[in-house]
Amino acid sequence: MPGAIEAGPVKRALAIAVPIAAVLILIPYVVPPYQAYLLSSGLTYAIAGLGFNLLLGYTGLLSFGHAAYFGMGAYAVAFLVKYLHTGSMELFLLGGVIAAALVSALIGFVCVRYTRIFFSILAMALAQVLWSLALKFYWVTGGTDGLRVPTPTLLGGLVSNPEDKLDFLSGPYYYLVLLFFFAAVAVMWVIVNSPFGKALQAIRDNETRAAFVAVRVRRSRWIAFVVSGAFTGLAGALWVPANGLITPDFMYWTFSGKIVFFAVLGGFRTFAGPIIGAVVFNYLEYFAVATTDYWQLVLGAILVFLVMALPTGLVGTLGRLALKLRSAD
Amino acid sequence: MGILIIRIINALLDASILFLIAGGLSLIYGVMRIVNLAHGNLYALGAYVSAWTIGKVLAGGSAGLVDLLLLPAGALVAGAVGAVMEPTLLRPLYKRAEEYQLLVTFGLLLVLEDVLRLIWGPYPLSASPLFEYFGTMHILGVAYPAYNLLVIAVGFAAAALIWAFVYKTKFGVILRATSQDMRMASALGVNVKRVYVQAFTIGCMMAGLGGAIIVPGQTAVLGMGVEALVLSFVVVVIGGLGSLEGALIGAIITGFVRMIGITFFPEIELAMLYMIAAAVLLVRPAGLFGRA
Repeated sequence: MPGAIEAGPVKRALAIAVPIAAVLILIPYVVPPYQAYLLSSGLTYAIAGLGFNLLLGYTGLLSFGHAAYFGMGAYAVAFLVKYLHTGSMELFLLGGVIAAALVSALIGFVCVRYTRIFFSILAMALAQVLWSLALKFYWVTGGTDGLRVPTPTLLGGLVSNPEDKLDFLSGPYYYLVLLFFFAAVAVMWVIVNSPFGKALQAIRDNETRAAFVAVRVRRSRWIAFVVSGAFTGLAGALWVPANGLITPDFMYWTFSGKIVFFAVLGGFRTFAGPIIGAVVFNYLEYFAVATTDYWQLVLGAILVFLVMALPTGLVGTLGRLALKLRSAD
Repeated sequence: MGILIIRIINALLDASILFLIAGGLSLIYGVMRIVNLAHGNLYALGAYVSAWTIGKVLAGGSAGLVDLLLLPAGALVAGAVGAVMEPTLLRPLYKRAEEYQLLVTFGLLLVLEDVLRLIWGPYPLSASPLFEYFGTMHILGVAYPAYNLLVIAVGFAAAALIWAFVYKTKFGVILRATSQDMRMASALGVNVKRVYVQAFTIGCMMAGLGGAIIVPGQTAVLGMGVEALVLSFVVVVIGGLGSLEGALIGAIITGFVRMIGITFFPEIELAMLYMIAAAVLLVRPAGLFGRA
């Protein structure tokens, strides 16, 4: 039946996803609050990684400009606070996703005319426009000081917020992030397994052939770009109330590089790669920053090592190891 | 009138440094089809090495004309780093998708950024005695540092030299042949590996030279590399990635657009630059001088 997703892969995916989901739900009861918060920020990054990888892993487009959509989601939240004086998390997420989707629709429309290195540079150049606007229009954006975002209210105040911010972050907020993380994973899984997702992979593997079987190449790339931007914007909107502050740094292209890092670390040829990559990266960065002043050096060296030695990332390498062990039996 | 001329000279100053950085980036791309994201850090390395050398030699004293000879130190060190980087880190990746090359050079960018901080600390490094030695001159009644004119001269001399090198020497012929068709050049007996190392080294030296000659007038600071890289992207996008003429024209356009932006529209100076770059990409994807 065209258009339907077969039952086999669904069962297999659920068999992996359900136990992991159960562990994630129980974690705040087991670990100290700060660890739960750390994990939740890793999961937020994972949503951005998922979005980013729809372009790199499934469509074959490497964007060095995704910080713009992350930042756009976060700035949209800050604008809601500054101009509409609202603290509603639901409005935050809605505003963040819509803002990021609109901006990525505009930028994507231009970028998808190119592929390969020109796509990367154009995506970066246009993202830098947003960064420079965020930096220079300080009466709107606060310039380098950024904008503050207070602790939000969930469900219009139905969920009462604990006094301590860390209790909030490791409690209600953790489950909010988890909820959206599950939703993002499910939606992305459906997208990449849908006919549209298959069309993207066909474009990635052979653009000419894809066009020959009536795939509308440029339009599909554009839609993928917008979906990708919206996911990344959702991550930004989820992330900013926890951080409490958004500055132009999160729109700068080196932050785009971090999002790229998520996908490469986990392995961009697999669905779970960017998720694992984002969570691991978050811990890696946390420990690197905590242990050395030269954490950029450590991260950079890891990236070089990954590309040289483990081009399929953590997930790809573990998968290959598992296969080898199985065939050795 | 005097102010206008000063502004034009400042734009040319900007353009000559941008040409050195972006020209190196473009040369490397033209020959090897690699966009080196760590290129800006080699410019920063050149600035730090030259500033450090001049600081050590002068040891607080005043500078003389001879001390100009110390400036190329930065270019030499940047070239040496390039000569090590290409065979060890980039060569294994030529057969892989170009995304991997971007990723490795991004990793190197992070590493080099911190290496500079590790060696020279977080404080700016200056080589101002050399700048002061040249003093100021008067252009239509407006005082202007004479050293900046020297920088412009070096920038344009480098452009002429590189042009002569690429179009008038035997090595230039080999370089262009490799750039046009690497397999054919290899079949005709060109040692492609050697050409790649040489091209990469020259490209890195150009970036290092840019840093070395600008540092007496400014200071070597952390983050200057990344900033320069992003600007040189604008230059090569306008001029065409892989074209030296394009890098020169792109650098001049970028220099003047920045000057106009800073003078008249300071809020959108950067946005203006990126929009122009994006507009050029839309109209002529390969840039003004690029090969499509």
